[in-house]
Amino acid sequence: MSKPVLDVQGLKTYFFTDDGKVPAVDGVDFYVKEGEILGVVGESGCGKSVTSLSIMGLLPSPPGKIIGGHIYYKDDDITYASEAKMRKIRGNEIAMIFQEPMTSLNPVFTIGSQMIEAIRIHKKYSKKQAAERAVEWLKLVGLPRAESLMDNYPHQLSGGMRQRVMIAMAMSCDPKVLIADEPTTALDVTIQAQIIELMLKLNRETKTAIMMITHDLGVVAQMCHRIVVMYAGKIVEEGFIRDIFKNPKHPYTQGLIRSVPDMRNRKERLYSIKGSVPKPGTIKTGCLFAPRCEYVTRRCTEEEPHLIKDHDNKHSVRCWLYQEQ
Amino acid sequence: MGEPLLTVENLKKHFPIESGIFGRAAGHIKAVDGVSFTVHEGETLGLVGESGCGKSTTGRMILRLIEPTDGRIVFAGKEMTKLPKRELREIRKDIQMIFQDPFASLNPRHTVERIIEEPMIVHKLGGKKERKRRVKELLEVVGLDSYHAKRYPHQFSGGQRQRIGIARALAVNPKLIIADEPVSALDVSVQSQVLNLLSDLQEQFSLTFLFIAHDLSVVHHFSDRVGVMYLGQIVELAASDQLYDDPKHPYTQALLSAVPVPDPDSEKEKMILSGDVPSPADPPKGCVFHNRCPMAMDKCKAVKPKLAAIDDGRLAACHLYH
Repeated sequence: MSKPVLDVQGLKTYFFTDDGKVPAVDGVDFYVKEGEILGVVGESGCGKSVTSLSIMGLLPSPPGKIIGGHIYYKDDDITYASEAKMRKIRGNEIAMIFQEPMTSLNPVFTIGSQMIEAIRIHKKYSKKQAAERAVEWLKLVGLPRAESLMDNYPHQLSGGMRQRVMIAMAMSCDPKVLIADEPTTALDVTIQAQIIELMLKLNRETKTAIMMITHDLGVVAQMCHRIVVMYAGKIVEEGFIRDIFKNPKHPYTQGLIRSVPDMRNRKERLYSIKGSVPKPGTIKTGCLFAPRCEYVTRRCTEEEPHLIKDHDNKHSVRCWLYQEQ
Repeated sequence: MGEPLLTVENLKKHFPIESGIFGRAAGHIKAVDGVSFTVHEGETLGLVGESGCGKSTTGRMILRLIEPTDGRIVFAGKEMTKLPKRELREIRKDIQMIFQDPFASLNPRHTVERIIEEPMIVHKLGGKKERKRRVKELLEVVGLDSYHAKRYPHQFSGGQRQRIGIARALAVNPKLIIADEPVSALDVSVQSQVLNLLSDLQEQFSLTFLFIAHDLSVVHHFSDRVGVMYLGQIVELAASDQLYDDPKHPYTQALLSAVPVPDPDSEKEKMILSGDVPSPADPPKGCVFHNRCPMAMDKCKAVKPKLAAIDDGRLAACHLYH
């Protein structure tokens, strides 16, 4: 595959609050290539959404601030890009869809006027051209009666239809990267299946790279090529989808995979990771997962592990258990 | 299987759609439209379905938090639907509820002690000292520490709050627990802790559960029998393994095939339904599922199938099997 379209290196995003600084994202590296779907997996508070907001330049600032690292879009360093420049990149180059489509759509404007506005901000189209393109995309995302939908308001649509509209709007400006932040979490499972199909189809046909942020391991397994697992602001494991699911290395990844009830194989008891996710910044030394880890050693509580790559550079893990390899 | 503890017959809830300044009913949302099932002592009956299928409304009607429009609810031999307020309160001691949102269901101004104690005060159980002792005991039962009693809900994580909600439900020694999406607001690693806790408690206190959830894998894991709901009706009801290994109703088949399996090599055939769930204000005639069903026949458009036993003994509401 080709060069990365999006390359994040050593990203650090901290929040400066009255209670001190909170390292929400603390040195994160990953990339996405053209046509690839990267899964970013983690539980609440792991920093996955803050990472995506940092990329989009949508971080609430203050209190949030990028204090280190680089974000490259193609060869362009956009980490500290001006608002004017980010406005050109957002939508045109990198688009984003969110979990709750109702809060991303303006309730007082019709679907049509919102789509036309979005297209005309990014592309030099006449109103008529933009309207045609909007209808075309509403059809491409599988919405019935696209023409009449243009005159509808968001509240007249169901959750699944709204998410399709959001995808149509995001895709209508031909972005090279689509960041999807829990796009199916608020949807029912049969509608989720429809949206996953749609995103896979768009990815195949347009070669748009997708960064899929989710907590649902099932969704990741069905959609992604590669994944990064985040825990408390850091990447703990990275690799190709099959390697991670067949041979998870980090005790946290292993625990996550084992905690999900499996419909094909019912067990009396579920595996569970003891304790809960630490608040960012509360663990000062050593591995952040150490207090919950089964394999914890003295070294884990004293010294922080770095990402250790395997021999062919495909699978890396942040854990002292693998230091000899 | 134990004795029937709860029997629900033809339960209905129709919410009026009000219009105009006089609030005249312009139609009805048939949230629950003729649901029947039995929960036996010591078992867990799961109710699963997508949003708007009426599973939560069903749960709430059993406690009469929502008044049913029609139907019978018999709990431990008493007909709940006919009971006067005072006796109803008495019976509610035996039925407790665990809610979905551990943030909204605990009063932020009360200490954990007060929250867990409250049901005992309402039902006039024990003296003050005894109640405090019981609160400490309950906290330990659900995996918290007794010193947590003096803290406030905001000092706890989502998983811990759900444990507090569980301790509150256990405070009055209920027979039946209605758990409405008890783990859906929790992270994966915390979800499995709470599910394990619930099964431990079930064994320890011989509890009976009505377990309502939208997550099919969670329901499968936790339930002995499962009822699948669609548009206010149960379309299939069977033993958990039987239902998941070999679903019969086309809706159950579609629902199960839609669940993403956490295995990249899984070659499960997907049956993707087109369109959305129709509005419960205007459900389709005949079988409520016929307009999305890949197997629909002419009969399905005209005649509503009854939920009845099919060859292997399970219940299904589908003309394919009758």
